[in-house]
Amino acid sequence: MRQRAGGLLRQAPRLTLALMLVPVAAGLAGTIAPAFGLGGTPGLQSFRALADWPGLGAAVRLSLVTGLAATGLSLALTLLILALLPGGRIFGAVLRLLSPLLAVPHAAVALGLAFLIAPSGWIVRALSPWATGWDTPPDLLTLNDPAGLALIAGLVAKEVPFLLLMSLAALPQTDAPRRTMLAQTLGYGRAAGWAFAVLPALYAQIRLPCYAVLAYSMTAVEMAMILGPTRPPTLAVQIALWMADPALAERGRAAAAALLQLTLVLGALALWRTGELVVRRVLLGAAARGWRGARLDRLLRPLTLAATALVLAAVGVGLAGLALWSVAGLWSFPDSLPQTMSLRIWREAAPDLARHAALTLGLGAAVAGVALILALACLEAEQRHALSPSSRAMAVLYLPLIVPQVAFLPGLQVAALGLGLDGTPLAVAAAHLIFVLPYVFLSLSAPWRAWDARIGTVGAALGASPGRIFWRLRLPMLMRPVLTAFAVGLAVSVGQYLPTLLIGGGRVTTLTTEAVALSSGGNRRVVGAYALLQMLLPAAGFAAALVLPALVFRRRRGMRAA
Amino acid sequence: MFGRIMGTALACLAALAPAAGAEEAWDRVLAEAEGQTVYWHAWGGDSKINAFIAWVGEEAQARHGVRLEQVKLADTTDAVARVLAEKQAGRTTGGAVDLIWINGENFAAMKAQGLLSGPFAESLPNWRYVDVAGKPATVTDFTEPTEGLESPWAMAQLVFEHDSARLPSPPRTLAGLLDWIEANPGRFTFPQPPDYLGTTFLKQVLHGVIEDPAQLQRPVDPATYEAATAPLWDWLDRAEPHLWREGRAYPANEPAMGQLFADGEIAISFAFNPGRASAAIAAGELAETVRTFTLEGGTIGNASFVAIPFNAAHAAGARVIANLLLDPAVQARAQDPAVLGFQTVLDLDRLPDEDRARFEALDLGVATLAPEDLGPALLEPHASWMERIAEDWVRRYGTAP
Repeated sequence: MRQRAGGLLRQAPRLTLALMLVPVAAGLAGTIAPAFGLGGTPGLQSFRALADWPGLGAAVRLSLVTGLAATGLSLALTLLILALLPGGRIFGAVLRLLSPLLAVPHAAVALGLAFLIAPSGWIVRALSPWATGWDTPPDLLTLNDPAGLALIAGLVAKEVPFLLLMSLAALPQTDAPRRTMLAQTLGYGRAAGWAFAVLPALYAQIRLPCYAVLAYSMTAVEMAMILGPTRPPTLAVQIALWMADPALAERGRAAAAALLQLTLVLGALALWRTGELVVRRVLLGAAARGWRGARLDRLLRPLTLAATALVLAAVGVGLAGLALWSVAGLWSFPDSLPQTMSLRIWREAAPDLARHAALTLGLGAAVAGVALILALACLEAEQRHALSPSSRAMAVLYLPLIVPQVAFLPGLQVAALGLGLDGTPLAVAAAHLIFVLPYVFLSLSAPWRAWDARIGTVGAALGASPGRIFWRLRLPMLMRPVLTAFAVGLAVSVGQYLPTLLIGGGRVTTLTTEAVALSSGGNRRVVGAYALLQMLLPAAGFAAALVLPALVFRRRRGMRAA
Repeated sequence: MFGRIMGTALACLAALAPAAGAEEAWDRVLAEAEGQTVYWHAWGGDSKINAFIAWVGEEAQARHGVRLEQVKLADTTDAVARVLAEKQAGRTTGGAVDLIWINGENFAAMKAQGLLSGPFAESLPNWRYVDVAGKPATVTDFTEPTEGLESPWAMAQLVFEHDSARLPSPPRTLAGLLDWIEANPGRFTFPQPPDYLGTTFLKQVLHGVIEDPAQLQRPVDPATYEAATAPLWDWLDRAEPHLWREGRAYPANEPAMGQLFADGEIAISFAFNPGRASAAIAAGELAETVRTFTLEGGTIGNASFVAIPFNAAHAAGARVIANLLLDPAVQARAQDPAVLGFQTVLDLDRLPDEDRARFEALDLGVATLAPEDLGPALLEPHASWMERIAEDWVRRYGTAP
């Protein structure tokens, strides 16, 4: 019996990879086939049609620039926060304020930000007409600007919390406080010392989350539709528009564009990897020269505080604006507050709410739970059987995060239909698992592997079985990253739109499918109500991931967050 | 005497027989439908429409024991793609979609690919009230004959909206609108084509400036297309630099443009629903001084339909819903601006008195034009025009130079 259980555990990585590979491969095949005209007239006509689209060059450029800029800025701000702010009260406040933002749906952040910076938005309203003299909104291009600046801002606001949470889960394994202290006693500035002593250990653990952020930023659809340029939009938005074309003839062009998008993402990842090497060389050079960078802090600290405050304010005030819209009656320009208030929207939303919330939470918890068990089984098997994950295996795991969703889900839907598997919560849960598992694995693997194995050796020397070491030492010590991984899984599941819609056949409706359907109407009042509610579920998960370990470990100083 | 009575009775019977047959057939549909759950795939972006559909569901449950479940779509094509995917996967029965809210190119696409069941519309008991003669759009969907494959449930017509407090007398002709746009830069825009409403605006302009509007009822003739549409591009070339954001950005769709209008960013808006402004005023979303107007010579109008996919799992229930949507009481509720403000597809003259009274009792709302002031509803051009001009717009204006 014990032997068989061990055998099962040993197979866990293979089983998990199959769970990832089969659906993605089936979906991709269902996408590649139409791109090459299979099933109709085989040939390259879809690619020719794509090349004929006049906006192609601009759309490709936009995808690359906004994706790389948003990822670079998000990472930079995250690292600055981690390097410069810990130790003060500000850090705690930033954490408490930023973490819930991870749970806010992208569309809600985008709509909130849009209401803030639009020429008829809250900022201009607050200054009009007394300061600006405007009684009609100025004709300024602050939203949907051709360079994609508004889109980059929205993406940064949404990705900084994700990278920060991923880093926080990994940070305890890097021995950051002692290393920083040591560097400072040697006369290094705080930022420089942190970059030399902590960054290399930390970045190794958050590299894959960064790749996921890059891939996501390049392919985000909802956010780019609300904040991004429109003439032309980003490539991902254009793919979604072609997918939605009633002529159905555009499916081939959409499939060809999806393959191009995939290539772009891979190219951007290669570029990012080159950037990593350049930064590494620069850091090594600076360290070898003995550069202390002591004066750098005086410049960087205010910059970090200002940027963090800006992100917090933009999202926080934007969401507050949406919340206010959800109870607003008439609210015309240039009034800063609604003329009348009404609970109409909430009354209308109330009956559907309980039903959708229950299903969303049930799906999310089940999927995150299964993903967590699979991830733990893989990691434990890897350690006990001294398996080392091949880079090919890792690539498979990250496929669902790198392949644009619009590209492989329609193919997957046809496959699920053929097998008669669609339209049930179980099928939707299976589809969610494809996207949830990588994130759970991503957020858990680095801290799990970085666990000091000597503790396990001591345990074994004292006679503990591998199972006992797992349950009594490793799992409790890694409670924080484990709960964080679960919360990330829950949030990812709650946020899934396309998989729920396509695999659920419209019969499995969650808060997110409702919210996105409603936000296609652009009604700030309804979107405000749904966004707030949609935020509550994952926020509860993250709150638990922060609060539970703090409670359990309140008497263990070594287990506190950095 | 006896013979005459007998003869009359026989004539009556003969007249009744087909009707009785139809009645029996309908009873069979009702019996089959009872207890079914109908999944109606309908755009879910408007909470008022969603509430109306929920109310129809309560009626269906109470009257016929049919449960109605709205599948809220962000885009109707999702449902079309779904049925197509089911066909590709070989699922010819038990499909997920029972009923689709549809019209125009989605209908043309489904009809062309054999994705619809029917004909069913003309055998619905309430079909006799439909104003086929007065509202030809109820049987001609973008010049595509419906052939009973879809059943109408609401009429829509393009109307323009303005705030009478800020703009007391809006332009009533296309030439006047162009002059106004040039004189008031940044105060007019349209949803970015190929968005449905944005393309409808292009069609409206095309209808007004084209030399012979009759050719719009035929498919595009590639030989004369360039010359026929030249006046449209001239009009747009003159307007574009003076549009909202100098034409460098466009709202995504009707609700996004509605929000710009509510925010005061643009001074003239338009919608495909003559009752939208009144309904928005009633909901406290627009100022009470907003009014609607149409252009001299008429504006484009069309009908919304429901269709049943070829593999619908609950086709009988779907027919019951389609019939219920034509019920005078349901139509009157849909026309109530406090509910939807959609125009009815029925011919009021054919209704029983009590049903007609329901419509006459409606307060159409402060901003809604009376039917006689709405002006003629122009038939939609052939769908090929929509495709070509949307495509050309994207080529000419859709990407930054």
